[in-house]
Amino acid sequence: MLTRRIIPCLDVRAGLVTKGVRFKDNLDVGDPAELARLYGEEGADELVFYDITASNEKRDIFVDVVRRVARTLFIPFTVGGGLRTLDDLRRVLLAGAEKVSIDSGAVRNPDLITAGARAFGSQCIMLSMQVLKVPVSARIPSGYEVYIDGGRLATGKDAVAWAQEGVERGAGELCINSIDGDGTRAGYDLDLTGRIAALVPVPVIASGGGGHPDHLVRLFKETASAAAILASILHTRDWRIPDIKRRLQQHAIPVRL
Amino acid sequence: MNALIVDYGMGNLGSLRRALERLGVVPEVSGKPDTLRAADRIVLPGVGSFKDGMANLHRAGMVEPLRKAVLEERVPLLGICLGLQLLADEGDEGGGAEGLGLIPGKVVRLQSAGGTERIPHVGWNEIHPSKSHALLTGIPKGSDFYFVHSYHLLPVHPDDIIATTPYCGSFVSAVARGPASGVQFHPEKSSRLGFALLRNFLGI
Repeated sequence: MLTRRIIPCLDVRAGLVTKGVRFKDNLDVGDPAELARLYGEEGADELVFYDITASNEKRDIFVDVVRRVARTLFIPFTVGGGLRTLDDLRRVLLAGAEKVSIDSGAVRNPDLITAGARAFGSQCIMLSMQVLKVPVSARIPSGYEVYIDGGRLATGKDAVAWAQEGVERGAGELCINSIDGDGTRAGYDLDLTGRIAALVPVPVIASGGGGHPDHLVRLFKETASAAAILASILHTRDWRIPDIKRRLQQHAIPVRL
Repeated sequence: MNALIVDYGMGNLGSLRRALERLGVVPEVSGKPDTLRAADRIVLPGVGSFKDGMANLHRAGMVEPLRKAVLEERVPLLGICLGLQLLADEGDEGGGAEGLGLIPGKVVRLQSAGGTERIPHVGWNEIHPSKSHALLTGIPKGSDFYFVHSYHLLPVHPDDIIATTPYCGSFVSAVARGPASGVQFHPEKSSRLGFALLRNFLGI
């Protein structure tokens, strides 16, 4: 069976992993390459690194982090944060990332998805979106709106429609980040993730709210999500990947042990 | 040992190079035909479309030298992902093209069996050996490896199949015919078992 994936997410600021709640109040939690090695050994199926400084003068520090991670990590990893141009994508792919995660840059310039897929292949283009629950309206018929710039700026785009457009443009995977859930440990937004996973043919990754192994059990039982992002509960060591995978296995969810 | 990673402009070769280095081999990474002469192991990696991959190999003048190295010099070759697919006679992807013809067969798109499987096939999935082969020594039945692909090889000779994977019904995930072998998954991204497979290949 194709296993469901657990993907630790490492937000990197000025060369250090950090974690916030609802995209604010960040605390530094450690060295990215060291955490990557630890999670790799514990059975992470993949890793995601986000550059949350995303200011030009710090960009080189982050690319150096990507290079350091690639030297010791032999599972796939994705890199995102502040990627706006084809050259940005090329820079992190050449530094050793398997895939790129594009987000605000894709909303501002949807051709980035198309051009990225053409240049590097769909398999390495992950379209990531930050989504907030809003009242249903003519413009946002799903009741889920796409936000950009760290969840601060509303775009007027419907998340479900944007997901479909992204796949049509060549995104090979979608990562759906619930802003409402980010860092809360209250569980994934099953309605949002489930709706998108039922509509698109590519793998969908749920992000935001994962706080307990049972949240992953529900996600994988109740939606067609391919993977779950986890951050704070791993960084604090409240839960470890092998414990979470055992719980999933007890519920007959296929995992790589 | 002289291991050559064939660089023909199809994807990132860094992790493969680092994986071989970790196994104690410093590979040459090159797309020049004359580097084949010194090679006693050839790895043909790659992601992307069949047609582009073959076009790049032709442009580099690598097609006949690769065939000669395997068929006449009997140098062990491991194709990875697109590299496995290019061993076939022909591939559908990108409008169709002739392959290296080292493993008789055709490369076709995965077809979702019950309409439930997602394509591309991305993630960790199990492999089931169909026969005993040195490449798979010490790798338990049902071990998970990392896959990212939309196409797969249909070999003409069932005897060339060394492992299959249950997805879209079942597809061929590892093949071997004489010195030519290939895996549809990425050993360089498959952690401990990936290293075991690469070590097996270096020891063939």
